[in-house]
Amino acid sequence: MTAREQILGEIRRALGRAASQPPLFRELPAPTLRIPRLDRNLRTDLFVQKFETLGGKAFRVRDASAVLPVIAELLEEKSAVASNSPFLRKCGVTGLPQVHAGFTERAELKQACADADVGITSVDYALAETGTFVMLSSHNEARLVSLLPPAHIAIFPRSLILANLDELLSILPRPADQTSSMVLITGPSRTADIEQILVRGVHGPGEIYAVIVEAE
Amino acid sequence: MNAPEREIRQAIDDPRLQLAIYTATGRLIDHRAGVVSAEALPHYQALRNEANAIKKHTIENLDYYLEQLESNIVAHGGKVVYCRDGEEAADFVLDLAKKRDLHMLVKSKSMTSEEIHFNERLERHRLEAVETDLGEYILQLAHQRPYHIVAPALHLTRYDVADVFTKELGLENEVVIEKQTKIARGVLRQKFLQAGIGVSGANFLVADSGAIVVVENEGNARLSTSAPKIHIAIAGIEKVIPRAQDLAVFLNLLGRSATGQPLTVYTSFLSGPRRDTEIDGPDEFYLLLLDNGRTKLLADPEKRQSLYCIRCGACLNHCPVYRKIGGHNYPWVYSGPIGAIITPQFHGITGDTWLPFASSLCGACAEVCPVKIEIPKLLLKLREEVAQVKRNEGSDGMGRFAFQLFAWVATHPKIYLLLASFGSIFFPFVPHVGPLKKWASQRSVPEPAKQSFHQYWASRGGPAKRRGNDGA
Repeated sequence: MTAREQILGEIRRALGRAASQPPLFRELPAPTLRIPRLDRNLRTDLFVQKFETLGGKAFRVRDASAVLPVIAELLEEKSAVASNSPFLRKCGVTGLPQVHAGFTERAELKQACADADVGITSVDYALAETGTFVMLSSHNEARLVSLLPPAHIAIFPRSLILANLDELLSILPRPADQTSSMVLITGPSRTADIEQILVRGVHGPGEIYAVIVEAE
Repeated sequence: MNAPEREIRQAIDDPRLQLAIYTATGRLIDHRAGVVSAEALPHYQALRNEANAIKKHTIENLDYYLEQLESNIVAHGGKVVYCRDGEEAADFVLDLAKKRDLHMLVKSKSMTSEEIHFNERLERHRLEAVETDLGEYILQLAHQRPYHIVAPALHLTRYDVADVFTKELGLENEVVIEKQTKIARGVLRQKFLQAGIGVSGANFLVADSGAIVVVENEGNARLSTSAPKIHIAIAGIEKVIPRAQDLAVFLNLLGRSATGQPLTVYTSFLSGPRRDTEIDGPDEFYLLLLDNGRTKLLADPEKRQSLYCIRCGACLNHCPVYRKIGGHNYPWVYSGPIGAIITPQFHGITGDTWLPFASSLCGACAEVCPVKIEIPKLLLKLREEVAQVKRNEGSDGMGRFAFQLFAWVATHPKIYLLLASFGSIFFPFVPHVGPLKKWASQRSVPEPAKQSFHQYWASRGGPAKRRGNDGA
């Protein structure tokens, strides 16, 4: 008997169920999704407040053309890798001389991210209540850009800010249909493993920045 | 297995250790309290009820949801491997590493892997498994097991860490915590970039999505699951939940209960290898579904609720026993109240099973449990089972005789009164000899009243003069 047959068989014996018997009560009620009503301004305010409480730094800019000066000032002489998000191109970020972009090959991207000081991405959504970035892995957004460099900058329009996790799950009830990886990023990488003392930047970025574009 | 009394005594008599445990668990208690209060999370109790109902439903239909999970993981290009025990899990990984000619893997924190001594099994066959969570990395270097489900190195100070790094990494004595963290980052960064396999645990398995969910704060789980070409997740079969939307319940409870975070820094929702259009992520994805005694536990309708546990560690932090004796005096990787109920169930009950008795039954664990496991009730049930085993073994002769004697005395009023009248004469000596000596050595012994209740009752004229309407 295979391990699979044995384990499923023992589960059924333990539960007194026959193979292929449907669940006892099919209609497990849908989980309650609690979504507060917040208008766009409140969402942005709340996101900024929560994000900065976690140790992030947020910038609010008027429109896409106002992004570049902020990024230039944040980067100074530092090297950066940018994701393939069209929004970054629209903001002109990929045109900066120290920004490497356009990676489509895994090994090259990995090496570039390991060498870079800063990773620049957009986001798929942001969550106001927790100050969270939501990133779905895709051709536009690789996993490692927001992970390997010691600093992460996310640039996104404020229309992507949702109220909370519950709203995200109401919009994306099955994230796996779209991507192999959806990650929620809530603050800089941190640990409290030694004496419960908070240290930022363990394996992921210790510095994170949000640049929120008010007009689309 | 008898209680390790000498080691427990040592832990209690070690002021540095006591301070470390008390401070760390105290901080975790405060952090949790701040985010589950009525102001911070008005629907906290509703969430707990929902979580309990979802877990109950899933566990009672476990075969159905495991099959659904499996078919959805396969649909996303992943593979599911059922493992009866730790040996089967380790053998699968060893075999895969051999086929792909890989000699090192990186690992993020997983209690399930600790449970099956995963690293030791691999290293016996020269497959290096590197722990990448900071606390777990320190413990791996120090050759220790986790002290706490969530904060594995809770018992170590920066000075202990400095000693470990000096001895194992050949570094100069570094006692600054930020610098210690940087050292670990540097060493482990190279491992992440070189490793061919990344191993993770899973906090949840999502049946309708064929996905696993991993929560963490450091980024090592993201790296373990994203940088190497092969990702292997290990999880107990009880970790499955029906739908991605159920995460609205569980993620809102897990971080808050564990560390007081509304969400941990990283929550990864992963399904299968990278898709064709994605740039990075693993080429191969395997989920090892581990039984290792869980199906045995499932057979008891009352105790199967132990399988609802989401490993937040809140019951440890709030337990007066855990906070005194610490994590290493529990015989298995799962410590504290949850360890006290699942260890005997996994390992079998014998006459000297002591864990269910190492509790004051104060109920703090049940009060903070986010999925509402009735821990004190299960402890009592287990005590009953231990007593039953003792009776069957005939090993509880004295205890049984004492209770039979008491029952006889208590049902013979004249003899009872006679013996009770001796009580006030002999009682002062009792705590200094016999079985009460140990109990009395830790406590101030109450003095017997000058007048017994029987005497008082008689002086009031007995039942005839009763006033008031209680029980009328």
